[in-house]
Amino acid sequence: MPVIEVKDLKRTFGDFVAVKDVSFEVEEGEIFGFLGPNGAGKSTTINMLCTLLKTSGGSASVNGYDVATQQDKVRRSIGLIFQDPTLDERLTGWQNLQFHAMLYDVPTETFKERSAELLEMVELTDKVRESVKSFSGGMKRRLEIARGLLHHPKVLFLDEPTIGLDPQTRWHIWEYLENVRDRERLTLFLTTHYMDEAEVCDRIAIIDHGEIVALDSPDKLKSLVGGDVVTLSTDDNARAASVLAGMDVEHQVTSEGLRVEIDHGDQFIPRVMRAMDEAQPRVSITSVNLRRPTLEDVFIKLTGRAIRDEEASATDMMRNRRRGGGWGGGRR
Amino acid sequence: MEMQLRHDVKGAYTIWYRDVLRFVRDRSRIFGSLAQPLLFLFALGFGLGSMLSRVGAGQPGGIVGVAYIEFLFPGILCMTVLFTALFSAISIVWDREFGFLREVLVAPVSRTAVGLGKVAGGSTVAMIQGAIIMLIGPLLGVHYDALKIIEMLLVLLLLAAVITSLGILIAARQKTMEGFQVIMQFLLLPMLFLSGAFFPLVSGTTAGDVLRIIAQFNPVSYGVDALRQIALEGKLPATYALHPPGVDVLFLIGFFILFLVPGVALFSKQD
Repeated sequence: MPVIEVKDLKRTFGDFVAVKDVSFEVEEGEIFGFLGPNGAGKSTTINMLCTLLKTSGGSASVNGYDVATQQDKVRRSIGLIFQDPTLDERLTGWQNLQFHAMLYDVPTETFKERSAELLEMVELTDKVRESVKSFSGGMKRRLEIARGLLHHPKVLFLDEPTIGLDPQTRWHIWEYLENVRDRERLTLFLTTHYMDEAEVCDRIAIIDHGEIVALDSPDKLKSLVGGDVVTLSTDDNARAASVLAGMDVEHQVTSEGLRVEIDHGDQFIPRVMRAMDEAQPRVSITSVNLRRPTLEDVFIKLTGRAIRDEEASATDMMRNRRRGGGWGGGRR
Repeated sequence: MEMQLRHDVKGAYTIWYRDVLRFVRDRSRIFGSLAQPLLFLFALGFGLGSMLSRVGAGQPGGIVGVAYIEFLFPGILCMTVLFTALFSAISIVWDREFGFLREVLVAPVSRTAVGLGKVAGGSTVAMIQGAIIMLIGPLLGVHYDALKIIEMLLVLLLLAAVITSLGILIAARQKTMEGFQVIMQFLLLPMLFLSGAFFPLVSGTTAGDVLRIIAQFNPVSYGVDALRQIALEGKLPATYALHPPGVDVLFLIGFFILFLVPGVALFSKQD
């Protein structure tokens, strides 16, 4: 039986639909990721699954408990790591853990054993008596992970778990998480807009404007993009585009230049260089990049936009504003 | 059912314990929060007090009245409680958005328990603040016996509970701190200045009677009235009192229920 079952889940804020009839299932021990840009509905979905937000339609269950009618049982069986740290900075790491144990009614003996084991795992045994105020961002996240696992949850929800952390710390945190997953058959459900983080997942749902546009393993998703990705910059992208059109090659204009998905990219490069050279007047290429497709490419292919496009469209901005004013879940 | 109750009691206790622990650990906050009442006591009590004759003196019945600092002291105790309790309750807005409260809200503890824990925590901390000011009293020439101290602490605790509940009622659905200035301007300061904390609300004069009518709607007035009557037992004329202390306490209990029930209900509502 799946650990998380979601069917036609929906959430509206006024007349804005944040999550549109989303359905998916997550198996026990799976690392399942929601990948999408800010405001796509990731946090809203996670908040509904964690019983922080009401649903507007459809159904969802976690560990067999309905998120609408069995909230207490859902809460007891999940751990949650939020985007923003929720530690009490004025208290010590240990006091933060103690409060968690009190809130989840963890027996004293279990608390002692479990906290010792988890603190060792996240390498905070020596630091835990200090005030959280003195902790680095990475240490805070590690402490939150230890705290989130204290009551033996079946599912750990992570909302942008490594946002704002440096890549080394991020990688380190994933080491811990995969370790627990393997040891305790823990299910991980995360949202992210980092591509490399999404690669850790067993399966990924790509979400955009409140809808799942694709759901599969990272490798299968990447195979949606044909062959290789070649990115060209030229001194005149408009003319370069017409040269590509003359070669019968489709392209997309991105912030990095002209992006082409093509089989045998290595053979395409000399061809395109020759064509640009022979064009009248000549188009000079300033850089060429050839790579295997990434999840970012998958996202571009499916939505026509880059996930990290700095310039949000006007509608996106409206959405974000409404989102900011509409509920307490997201980051401003 | 019994399990749930156990969790809720423990949860409420946790919230209360956290507030108290934070307060005790944070010495700078304790000293910082003493600065304002002490300033008022010195500037008003001694500065303004030096040009005032004894408050209430020469009234019918041969009452000798009290020094202004003695008159002012219960008012400053209420002020301390008012500020501490309201700020502590309003901090839940910030706390919910970015802090520890989010961790609490996903825990298997009912929100009613969380709200009640918060009321208990805010009240306790505010009462402790008031008690610390009372400790300083003898240095300023204000002395109370043990029985008065106990009675006054109980009134302070009740006032703190009223104000914390009011704060939670205000903060329950608020998502941003933007409304904060407005609350300061239109609630906190009028509640303080119109409560009779700094001057007597004397019946029989036009201004006094108007102030007394306004004071009936202000929970702080009842706290000040009760506290001052307990502190200055019989030293002030009867025209200075709003109600007998027992009636003040009943009104405070009424305000407490009036604020607490909708406050916790709003706070418990799921988005």
